[in-house]
Amino acid sequence: MSLITIDPRKAAPFPEAAAEILHDTQLRKNVAHATDVIQRKRAIVVAEKDDWQALRDAGAAIRREALQHLDTYLEQFEQQFTRAGGHVHWALDAEEAQRIVLALLREAQATEIIKIKSMTSAEIDLNRSLAANGIRAYETDLAELILQLGAELPSHLIAPALHKNRQQVRELFAREMHLPNLTDDPPALAEAARLYLREKFLKVKTGVCGANFLVADTGSVCIVESEGNGRMCLTLPDTLIAIAGIEKVIPRFSDLEVLFQSLPRSATGERMNPYTSLWSGVTPGDGPRNLHVVLLDNGRSEILADAKSRQTLQCIRCGACQNTCPVYRQTGGHAYGAVYGGPIGAILTPQLFHLDYAQSLPYASSLCGACYEVCPVKINIPEVLVYLRSKVVDRQRGKLASVFNQERVGMKMMARIFLSRERFETAQSIARVLEKPLVGRDGWIHWLPGLAGRWTAARDMEALPAQTFREWWQGRGKQ
Amino acid sequence: MRISLFITCYNDTLFPATGKAVVSLLERLGHEVVFPLEQTCCGQMHFNTGYRREAYPLAKRFISIFKDAELVCIPSSSCVAMIRDYYRVLADENSDHTMTSDLDTLLPRIFEFTELLTDHFRLEDVGAYFPHRVTYHASCHGLRSLHLGDKPLRLLKNVRGIDLIELQDADRCCGFGGTFALKNAEVSTAMLGDKVRSILSTRAEVCTACDNSCLMHIQGMLHRQYAGVRTAHIAEILAAEADR
Repeated sequence: MSLITIDPRKAAPFPEAAAEILHDTQLRKNVAHATDVIQRKRAIVVAEKDDWQALRDAGAAIRREALQHLDTYLEQFEQQFTRAGGHVHWALDAEEAQRIVLALLREAQATEIIKIKSMTSAEIDLNRSLAANGIRAYETDLAELILQLGAELPSHLIAPALHKNRQQVRELFAREMHLPNLTDDPPALAEAARLYLREKFLKVKTGVCGANFLVADTGSVCIVESEGNGRMCLTLPDTLIAIAGIEKVIPRFSDLEVLFQSLPRSATGERMNPYTSLWSGVTPGDGPRNLHVVLLDNGRSEILADAKSRQTLQCIRCGACQNTCPVYRQTGGHAYGAVYGGPIGAILTPQLFHLDYAQSLPYASSLCGACYEVCPVKINIPEVLVYLRSKVVDRQRGKLASVFNQERVGMKMMARIFLSRERFETAQSIARVLEKPLVGRDGWIHWLPGLAGRWTAARDMEALPAQTFREWWQGRGKQ
Repeated sequence: MRISLFITCYNDTLFPATGKAVVSLLERLGHEVVFPLEQTCCGQMHFNTGYRREAYPLAKRFISIFKDAELVCIPSSSCVAMIRDYYRVLADENSDHTMTSDLDTLLPRIFEFTELLTDHFRLEDVGAYFPHRVTYHASCHGLRSLHLGDKPLRLLKNVRGIDLIELQDADRCCGFGGTFALKNAEVSTAMLGDKVRSILSTRAEVCTACDNSCLMHIQGMLHRQYAGVRTAHIAEILAAEADR
């Protein structure tokens, strides 16, 4: 049975899911290729900017300021957006957000909706809850369409079908769209999707989207995308519902100047975002007549309350951390068992679930720091990862099970050893005796028991040297 | 200069040759090396795995041993990163103002081994001779926390007889990550596989780095594969001399 899910409450621990995925040769080739391509493009357009580091600082400052005064800016956004003819709804959790959206759709007498790619709608599992209530959702983002047609799960923030290649997409489209002669030429695939979607755009009168930014001073909802399908979703329907995390607010319209430079460069390696839509209220004869924003908390307030991990909410969902991550490169997004995968997912997901679930995710990193280096809003992901690890460990302290946990026992013992020179030196001597039966004729260890056996599953270990450094040092002094 | 060596717990136990090389080179450069025998571990493994309560006394212990040192040399960039990046976090979390003020004065005197040579002593040619084909792996903490950049490479380029060959994706993690290699052994192995492939494609005899932790990981697979490539800490290359 496959271990793959995006519900952290049901997901297998990261190492188990990863171990399964690592055998998927096609997925690994696709993920490595796609992330290489995006990274190369990003590197070029970032290198062009002499002020790239200043842009990162400015982006971080904007996001920090927004979070520091989130209550004020959210209320300002609500006030401005409402004044311009929009409606704001507050949802404490996924269930409440689902109820609000459902009620709005019933009011609009909608039985079908068109959707622009939205992480929040995936976070609240909107499509499934709508289907259960007889409302059909059509994904219109090309990658989301691929996933929906193939009943697959997203694996990346920006390119959710990044784990699939065009041959696989051709096969899927040919089958689902009844196009037996379709080729895997990208323009042909895009044309097939265009024809399939155009019908929905013209027919369906209700749209659901997410939001990249909520601008407080102008009350604007900002959505960026690169296909134009989103533009259709945003302009053609009579009713448009945007589901946005409460952290998406930015103080000023002028802040977009910074983020519009750093986001597309980080996300897709583009200098400028192709389709940028800003709704600042309702205009008769132009765009949706009913404009709604659902502000989703769903655990975010708790993250905001923790000064040590608050920076998680600075994220602008560019996916650059995923593209650069050497762990994500091997596994893709599915191993993370959540809507948000990769390094940002490894810190966001456990916090969204109050660390009751996804406790393996903070450990799904070698702490190499590549994510922090590329982050356009300077989230120190490794720092948050190790902080969350300490919370995971602290939760287990004092519990009976921890007495039998090899790692915990080992860590406690090592800490005691390191606290005293004598104990440390004794341990060094004992280790040399204990390893003896394990050392092969070549002077190397090829097998170790217990937890350490995970090392020797793929790696040898040189036997301890005859003399420690300190022994050599002390002997040297006597000469 | 009188340089205090913090060898680190794993170098002390597993890689004494690196320590000997550091001592030999620093003495060759005319410095005095001292080795406080009380030293053990900086607490990195505990901190990074989530055991902050256990890491805190180890950090205190390190500071008490080294706070009066003129200069501290550490041949392990991940341990330097622990001390520079996270000791303040431990001090803050424990409202330990003494620790904070100790760090204020101690941190500027702490150097990773290659940093000490290039930044403090302004040296790029240390008079080494190492007639082998070598490739350099840029360990993550050295690269992204210490921002070593090309400093280690500049030192290597000045080694006589060396055939230094660039490693493809040299800045990509080898998959060690401390306890990551055990807790996520499968992904770690996949990452290491990529690293080993890059190393083998250089046809180097020796893979070097500023961290024996990465090298232990890399060497583990090279040895398992009978690859005919060995690893050596950069200090061992820089300390090597032609027979006189």
